[in-house]
Amino acid sequence: MNRTALIVRHEFLTTVKKKGFIILTLAVPMLVLLGIGIFQLASNIATPAADVVRIGYVDHIGGFNPLYEQGAVQLIHQDSEDAATQALTQREIDEYFVIPADYVATGVVSRYTLEKELAPPPAISAAIEGFLDSNLLASQVPPELIGRVLSGTGIITTTLTTQGDVSEEQGGFGNFILPALFGALLAIALNVSANYVLQSLGEEKENRLMEILLSSVSPKQLLTGKLLGRGAAGLLQVVVWVISMPLLLRLASSTIGGLLSTIELPLGLLLLGVIYFILGYLLFAVVSLALAAICSTVREAQGIAPLFTLAAVAPFWFVSLLMFFPDSPVWVVFSIVPFSAPVLMMLRLGLSDVPTWQLVVSMAVLLLSVLGGLWASAKLLRIYLLMYGKRPRLRELVRALRAS
Amino acid sequence: MPVVEVVNVAKSYASKLAVSELSFTVDPGEIFGMIGPNGAGKTTMIRMMMDIIQPDAGQVTILGQKPSEATKARLGYLPEERGLYRKLTVIDTLTYLASLKGMDVRSIHARADVLLEQTGMLAHKKKRIEELSKGMAQVIQLIVTILHDPELVVLDEPFTGLDPVNTERVKQVLIDLHDQGKAVILSTHQMNQVEAVCDRILMVNDGRAVLYGALEDVRSEHRGHAVLVKSDAEVPHVPGVAERRVHKDYTELVLDASATPQQVLEELVKTGIPIDRFEVATPSLNEIFLQVVGGNHE
Repeated sequence: MNRTALIVRHEFLTTVKKKGFIILTLAVPMLVLLGIGIFQLASNIATPAADVVRIGYVDHIGGFNPLYEQGAVQLIHQDSEDAATQALTQREIDEYFVIPADYVATGVVSRYTLEKELAPPPAISAAIEGFLDSNLLASQVPPELIGRVLSGTGIITTTLTTQGDVSEEQGGFGNFILPALFGALLAIALNVSANYVLQSLGEEKENRLMEILLSSVSPKQLLTGKLLGRGAAGLLQVVVWVISMPLLLRLASSTIGGLLSTIELPLGLLLLGVIYFILGYLLFAVVSLALAAICSTVREAQGIAPLFTLAAVAPFWFVSLLMFFPDSPVWVVFSIVPFSAPVLMMLRLGLSDVPTWQLVVSMAVLLLSVLGGLWASAKLLRIYLLMYGKRPRLRELVRALRAS
Repeated sequence: MPVVEVVNVAKSYASKLAVSELSFTVDPGEIFGMIGPNGAGKTTMIRMMMDIIQPDAGQVTILGQKPSEATKARLGYLPEERGLYRKLTVIDTLTYLASLKGMDVRSIHARADVLLEQTGMLAHKKKRIEELSKGMAQVIQLIVTILHDPELVVLDEPFTGLDPVNTERVKQVLIDLHDQGKAVILSTHQMNQVEAVCDRILMVNDGRAVLYGALEDVRSEHRGHAVLVKSDAEVPHVPGVAERRVHKDYTELVLDASATPQQVLEELVKTGIPIDRFEVATPSLNEIFLQVVGGNHE
């Protein structure tokens, strides 16, 4: 086995055997499971067993037909307000409303209930409206028309390509879920893997192993081995999460799974996701290496790392703005800034069309940043790897890079 | 063919000159002492031999080649700043680090058993490094350095932090390596440690060589014109002695330029005092160093 491969294997095995790694790998699916559990528990408590709700009504217009029934709502005619109030206090009905004589002109009914509530429950409102509308229309239009008016209109959008064919990517929330999920996993994975790389190099510096290793292998072999070994461990974690998601979501499909059927997985998006993961990982790993090289302890480096890793998560803070103004030039700029590009591009791809030139430019800038970062890290490694003590100032770093 | 050949090597960091115009060779089978105070440039010179850093000028040749990946496998290096993976077991540590030197796992295990046995560490083979004492961990580091049977062993400050027992153990390892015909470079600021084991020395100060050659030659060159006399009686003044210095349990007689130790001995015998010890004063490396650099260092 060549030396780089030996380092890759060592780095991979030491990472996956760590307690922290195992806990984190299992924690994400566990949290999702917990989330589903809480969701189901909360929605069960919120929806009590389907008792029939009896709603009384006082009709000052006349001719309203009490036989109208919607689901679990039963409408019962009351002779007067007094009779209705008495029925309510004796629990013969759950609530009642009064249809005034000028209802057609005002559109206002008065509702009386024993419950203290913020607003009429949606199911009750719908039942009352349905009852009123169908009674008003009953003598005027055919029943199927009433049905149509009451159940509203569904709008189904189909996105066409410029050639007039049906586009592969149809947009919509179903289509946004996947890129958003991908973006979230990307953001977590980038942070976690960058931290593994940082820890790995930092620990060797702290444990004073660096020089022993460098007397056997070159800095390039060491860097490559660490990038690949720790990267593979990070990838394994993401794979575990990605595989566990559909299983968990199927478990939850009874309650929140409806939307899942609308998810489509276009090949192009998957490919872009993988490319952005690799480029993003390399960028953050290279920055972590440079940080670990110039700091004397892991803790010191971990204090600075969030300056960069936050940029990966930042697009999520602006996700609602992104939804309303998907075409703002601000996003174009940040899609080209290498630190925010991977996650932001994932989100944008789910929301709207991203012009090809932007994808190309953003990937090119990412790639160049990775190469530039690798060059700079290797230089800094040579200079600072074997120095223990004070962290160099920014000006000293620039000077050191220029000199080499 | 020398094991190491260094010609006019220079290296500076930012504005500080670490090594300047340094030239020396190390021959096969010798223990070569590289000595000098802290910050003299010893470690910088070693790192250039190990291809960890590159010289600004001059040539370094190791085992007949320019330092490279290929030479690294034939060298054993115990750096001054040294440590081990704290969570790894002794045998896993040895296996990983020796495999990076190109050894296969079976040979590693076979040789590790021999070396662990020799150093009395076999019982700790499966312990984690963090469970070992500091001295034991240093012994493991030394095993890491020589496990792959290197042709040249470079030890940078190997005695730092060792108790007398482990110091002797390390010295014994040095002598064993010497007996096996290996070349050893011993770099230290503790010059007295070198006197017992080294064949030749290079004394470095401020990045430059101040003394270079066989230990015996260096010593005789710097031998002062004095004799040490131990006697129960007071040592009297005799002809040929320019100055008399009384120390705690001996007297140092500095001779005239024309007098020889032999003449002074004869004169002393004539006085009839009992003489327990008479020897030509040989300065220690510490004293020689102070002579050479002019007493600017402690």
